[in-house]
Amino acid sequence: MMRSSNREYSTVSKVSGPLIVVHRISDVAYGEVAEIRLPSGEKRLGQVLEARKDAAVVQVFGGTRDLDTDKTSIRFTGSSLKMAASEEMLGRILDGAAQPLDGGEGVIPEVMLDINGYPLNPYSRDFPQDFIETGISCVDGMNTLVRGQKLPIFSGAGLPHNQLAAQITRQARVLGEREEFAVIFAAMGITHEEGNFFVREFQNTGALARTVIFLNLADDPVIERIITPRLALTAAEFLAFEKNMHVLVILTDMTNYCEALREIAAAREEVPGRRGYPGYMYTDLASLYERAGRIRGKSGSITQMPILTMPDDDITHPIPDLTGYITEGQIVLSRDLHRKGIYPPIDVLPCLSRLMQGGIGPERTREDHPDVNTQLYAAYARGRRLQSLVAVVGEEGLSHTDRQYLTFSDLFEREFINQEYAAGRNIEETLDTAWSLLSLLPESELKRIDPRFIARYHPNMGGERHA
Amino acid sequence: MKNEGTIVMVTGPVVTADTMTGSRMYELVKVGHERLIGEIIELEEDVATIQVYEETTGIKPGEPVVGTGMSLSVELGPGLLGTIYDGIQRPLPLLHEESGFFIKRGIQVPSLDRERAWEFSPVVCAGDAVEPGDELGLVAETNTISHRVLVPSGMKGTVTEIVPAGRYTIEDIIARVKVDHDIEPVRMMHRWPVRKSRPFKEKLEPKTPLITGQRVIDTFFTMAKGGTAAVPGPFGSGKTVVQQQLAKWVDADIIVYVGCGERGNEMADVLREFPGLEDPRTGEPLMKRTVLIANTSNMPVAAREASVYTGITIAEYYRDMGYDVALMADSTSRWAEALREISGRLEEMPGEEGYPAYLASRLADFYERAGKVLTLGRGERTGSISVIGAVSPPGGDFSEPVTQNTLRIAKVFWALDADLANRRHFPAINWLESYSLYGGEVSDWWHEHQGSDWDAMRKRMMGILQKESELEEIVQLVGSDVLPDADKLVLLEAEILRESFLFQNAFHAVDTFCSPAKQYRMMKMLHRFDELAKNALTEGVAFEKINEIPVRSSIARMARIPEDTYEGAFGGIEKEMHEQFLALAHPETEGHEGIVVDK
Repeated sequence: MMRSSNREYSTVSKVSGPLIVVHRISDVAYGEVAEIRLPSGEKRLGQVLEARKDAAVVQVFGGTRDLDTDKTSIRFTGSSLKMAASEEMLGRILDGAAQPLDGGEGVIPEVMLDINGYPLNPYSRDFPQDFIETGISCVDGMNTLVRGQKLPIFSGAGLPHNQLAAQITRQARVLGEREEFAVIFAAMGITHEEGNFFVREFQNTGALARTVIFLNLADDPVIERIITPRLALTAAEFLAFEKNMHVLVILTDMTNYCEALREIAAAREEVPGRRGYPGYMYTDLASLYERAGRIRGKSGSITQMPILTMPDDDITHPIPDLTGYITEGQIVLSRDLHRKGIYPPIDVLPCLSRLMQGGIGPERTREDHPDVNTQLYAAYARGRRLQSLVAVVGEEGLSHTDRQYLTFSDLFEREFINQEYAAGRNIEETLDTAWSLLSLLPESELKRIDPRFIARYHPNMGGERHA
Repeated sequence: MKNEGTIVMVTGPVVTADTMTGSRMYELVKVGHERLIGEIIELEEDVATIQVYEETTGIKPGEPVVGTGMSLSVELGPGLLGTIYDGIQRPLPLLHEESGFFIKRGIQVPSLDRERAWEFSPVVCAGDAVEPGDELGLVAETNTISHRVLVPSGMKGTVTEIVPAGRYTIEDIIARVKVDHDIEPVRMMHRWPVRKSRPFKEKLEPKTPLITGQRVIDTFFTMAKGGTAAVPGPFGSGKTVVQQQLAKWVDADIIVYVGCGERGNEMADVLREFPGLEDPRTGEPLMKRTVLIANTSNMPVAAREASVYTGITIAEYYRDMGYDVALMADSTSRWAEALREISGRLEEMPGEEGYPAYLASRLADFYERAGKVLTLGRGERTGSISVIGAVSPPGGDFSEPVTQNTLRIAKVFWALDADLANRRHFPAINWLESYSLYGGEVSDWWHEHQGSDWDAMRKRMMGILQKESELEEIVQLVGSDVLPDADKLVLLEAEILRESFLFQNAFHAVDTFCSPAKQYRMMKMLHRFDELAKNALTEGVAFEKINEIPVRSSIARMARIPEDTYEGAFGGIEKEMHEQFLALAHPETEGHEGIVVDK
């Protein structure tokens, strides 16, 4: 489509923030990749954000430090941003621009792929409904993850989201299948320590051999963060839809990605939307998150688990807000539970999995699962309301039933939410734990559960299962 | 006389071209060597600003822009039903055939199948005088929808020729009409510019309820056929489930579902589920009455802007045939954001929160295309479009511009509530904040079809819910123990009402749809409980006894009793209820026979 040419210019007229303006050029395409050569001979990559007849605005991925308007030269490559994809990527550690960090050679390409991908035709999608057992009760029992879903973790600074993500990566499996997930891990602006934690985890569990790691760490160029998740997702699409693998993508931390987006918007003097983030942030985030799913007639899948830290734990902040509008649910971590020493500190009430209905129930998990789930929610929500009420009126002001709800929610936090980092629970264990907690409530309160299931699964019923 | 220009600037979905003399505002143009579809949105001298409906990466200044002389239009004719389109009416299955799983650009495919022959039967004869909107003939588009081929707008004259009954494609000429001195051909297909509303004779008052099978909506916040409703709510509050429930169960003839900037997997869900679901009224697959427009969030933003217009134009087309159409737009906020994004690229002066100043008028234009109308043509046909727009306010804050401007226009407001959703109370429609301005208009229908006490019972139930919220404040301070028994009863009844009536499980095979008759009977049951409990209290029965009455668990599960057996089962529950209350008031008569329970 684009002619390859050697069009080199040294007509940089303006350097501002992450952007440069080049004049007296011709034939430059929107979105084209440029190679910028610094006076020192160093090379950086850039991309055209605005193409005019005789000028172009270029964002420089490596940052604009040391660029000048005199000796710096720029060469337009005639191509959009592409990456080398190959099955050999598995087991590699790459930087935020897909260059090797592990001392190995560059990836030998099977194909070159446009990192922006193309929108997946909704008609070509297959609806995700294969239950993924993560071994985390709050996820499996109440916010079930399915293959092809995008389910983010909304966290806060200092909360154990990395542990949770690592644990899910380690434990995730599909019932009745031996095949393990290939993992794509993309780090954007996280610290060396956090990066090392994941690399070590993957090494210790032997997952590294089926993992591709992209690391853009906190001291790496900010603008590079714009392309890191796109590289990761391009690799994921290649492995899932060309190599028929089930891929789990971890993107962390999306907050840093959005900050980079805001930085570019500010440098371009764009009209800001909420809190200074660009008005197109929804569309931009969607172009990442929507690259999850399944395709008809293909056996591979992409499941996404982006992690973001909510500034000031505020779920209405534009980053979690727009994310929640695109993703199929969210797992929310709570500082209160973390303080109580509960791990994982998942605040189940604002959590949601939009695709769980298709993945649970008879033949998928267990027939009582949907009813148990809504009943747990209703009961815990009531218990939580009573917890705040007790602070005012004391336990004496409560009815007998209310006190039972209080006991329920207290034990729910300590026995259902709380679990070991080292080991997971299978879905049977999760549901049985739920039943033993629900049996603390009078049976007449279990209104959301079909009486058939009460007869069959309630521990006090001496039902079929327990006979 | 094609106007042709040259691109001078490309920035995202906005392209500027010069020497475009002769172009019109909103003219459709083909951009670049790949002939991407675009629309002119600003003209200054000979420079045109164009929004492009496809990805623009790789487009260069210097490439050509060619005008088409047409506005952005949709193709209207038999074959729309059961199809899934993108925002500019390209059938997604054809795009799949052309370019595989991923939508590449520059693909041109026809919106309607040109090859397929339809069984056409004429209803006019040569020599008949006709005016716009008159029927020329009929095509059985599905087993239940008879597609009326109408005289196009502006064509008043005499039929000179009409084809005999037989099979014709949509491009075949099926009639010729003499208008003044010209003879004009009529085909089954025609085009209509999406930004222009289709004409009708007269707007009528919406008076019939749009039955949705959702209790909280039908009973408390009724929608009318031809009405407008807004469903705002933060993420996770169930907007999409509400929209999909309506698409499944509303008693409209045609459903147009616009997935505007939403999730791909959700559209896949609709595509998977609808063909297997039965329309409760006709027994046909739901897909056969549905037109889907899917412009997911990762598809080009300008096409998202166009998608709601594409949808409403198709809705108007079926309305003109005399059908009741319901259009769901999920979500109008994404459409507004598309406006904002394009406006930002044009460097227009921003209004509130960066939205363009014309946001309010664009929203109003869109919602005004809803309504119940007397259509053009003879025969007093009426048709309606009911519009239900989801709104996604940032942070769930209803004071933001899209929600506020929508509320100024929409007559029904279903406020979705994060707190209810967190408790898994669905549909999470907040009963204190929501409203319907059609309550008065449609109550006649309920009185006529169900019972004359409908409105009174409904008000009583709402009264209980309102009282509950007042009492909750007191309980928050002092606990519920200190309340008088009468107030405790209100709290109990409100709880029963919430759990057995307002709560509705969309994923339960029976509970997903509740007929108006069953809704009425359920309300009657709750009303009866209210009367009996009050009587019991005045007769000195302690509140605790009422609180523990066993019939509560039967009432809590009554919604799950199937439509064909609920009559008998409800009778049983009512009997149980009478007996248990009687036993409370007169413990000594327990087991006594011959008690009159039906009163």
